[in-house]
Amino acid sequence: MAEVPLTSLYQELILEHYRHPRNKGELANHTVEAHVANPVCGDEVKIQILLDGGRIEEIAFDGQGCSISQASASMMTALVKRTERSEAIRLADVFTDMMHNGEDASPDKSLGDLRALQGVSKFPVRIRCALLAFDALRNALGEGLQIDSVGGTVHSDRSEGETTH
Amino acid sequence: MPTTSPRLDRMALRAQFPALAQEVGGHPLVYLDNAATSQKPQSVLDALAAYYEDDNANVHRGIHELSRRATTAFEGARVKLAKFIGAPDSAELVWTRGTTEAINLVASSWGMDTLGDGDEILLSSLEHHSNIVPWQLVASRTGARLRYIEMDEQGRLILDYLPELLTDRTRLVAVSHISNALGTVNPIREIADQAKQVGALVLVDGAQAVPHRRVDVQELGCDFYAFSGHKMCGPTGSGGLWARRSLLESMPPYQGGGEMIRMVERDTSTWAEIPHKFEAGTPNIAGAIALGAAADFLDEVGFNAIAEHERELLSYALERLDDMGGINVYGPTDLDERSGVISFTMGDAHPHDISTILDSRGIAIRAGHHCAQLVMQHFGISATARASFYLYNSTDDVDHLIEGLASVKEIFGPA
Repeated sequence: MAEVPLTSLYQELILEHYRHPRNKGELANHTVEAHVANPVCGDEVKIQILLDGGRIEEIAFDGQGCSISQASASMMTALVKRTERSEAIRLADVFTDMMHNGEDASPDKSLGDLRALQGVSKFPVRIRCALLAFDALRNALGEGLQIDSVGGTVHSDRSEGETTH
Repeated sequence: MPTTSPRLDRMALRAQFPALAQEVGGHPLVYLDNAATSQKPQSVLDALAAYYEDDNANVHRGIHELSRRATTAFEGARVKLAKFIGAPDSAELVWTRGTTEAINLVASSWGMDTLGDGDEILLSSLEHHSNIVPWQLVASRTGARLRYIEMDEQGRLILDYLPELLTDRTRLVAVSHISNALGTVNPIREIADQAKQVGALVLVDGAQAVPHRRVDVQELGCDFYAFSGHKMCGPTGSGGLWARRSLLESMPPYQGGGEMIRMVERDTSTWAEIPHKFEAGTPNIAGAIALGAAADFLDEVGFNAIAEHERELLSYALERLDDMGGINVYGPTDLDERSGVISFTMGDAHPHDISTILDSRGIAIRAGHHCAQLVMQHFGISATARASFYLYNSTDDVDHLIEGLASVKEIFGPA
């Protein structure tokens, strides 16, 4: 690891989401669901979504893992709740871009709290932690998995296959 | 390096490991991931280079000087390693890529040939995945059943139920000598003695034992012993399987190819003598020779000195962790039952976060399930942080670890 200050990784906002996650738990009603796990480290994120047409009415996550993977899931659910499906996918793309190339660029304001995760891009071995929740999101929305930061796909179980595709 | 003093001249020893001299992120490297792999001394690196620079040739086939030299060094290393683990006969030592391949060799060759519907393989819940999955594969193809020796709250195998777990259907007991996840040292002799009473064979995963203590396969009373070179100062892709001559002779080949045959005809072939019957293709010649250099190195330091040093480090580290508070250490509390491995968790700081914070200070530990998910399930956790020691570590390394963990506490708050 090059000399990157840890403060760029463990920002207070990240730890706050880790300790007090938003939208954590199970939805009483949901239309789609996806569960992804990183077999390398054992981190897991499960996403449940209640879709109303093309709109994400409700979203919840459950999971276990490091502060980065769980804070990312919390921030992501808060951001995409009550957005259009297409907007959620766009945000996932913007976030993925920030992880892969966004070290120095000022982060896209539409990412909200997720901007705090920009520092993760300086820690290559942790990028996939930050992207795990987005893999679950894309999978639940029928967008397929993205190739992760080290070139392999994450394991995934897709269930309740209803999607808007 | 002193060979008479029981204490290690650590600075002189450390100087023999070039990788330990580096800085990581502006900090001197503190390498505490030895249960994953050890660093290599100069003598091992020199042995690798000397083979490729001077003696590079295939073994057992060329009628020329280089091949003769390579074969002599390759077979000389086999004799050395056989002696190193107490094998009575060097023909009983088969070179493999490491422990995993050694276990897979037994599962594929002995297991597929011998096991049948309803036969039982007794494992333990302490095992590394490499001593579980090969048996699952062979069980699914033969109809054999897997049973498990469970562990207690300190991660020690509960042997009280062993008489009930061992039945007339038990064909094999496969257990680790030392747990990679917790450092638990298992009473192999006791397990082997009981296994013999029902006529079961005993396979020992010795990956974490051979680097740290004098292993004598005959004293242990086992039938198969698997080990890796890379955890004992040797190269990656080196290691071996020891098995009794009668077993190796009765087992079918593991892989087919050159080197392992006596005569090939159109429809059938006959096999070379052991151990060559199990060594198809060009082996890891340089790896075996350099593993011989690693064994020489460890012999020169001496296992008494290594064991005493690691125990001191373990004791010191456990004390400092205890003083620190908020650290949950897994594994046996009695140091006689434990090797130099400390698996721990810290409040809500996830092991990966701990590892990242330590890495930023040049400290290398392992975080995760350690390929031992049954162990994690036993303790109801998904991961631990693991610091593991070897002969070149020092109390300074432990002090750095403790400072690093204090920084984890600062970031994540008290547990």
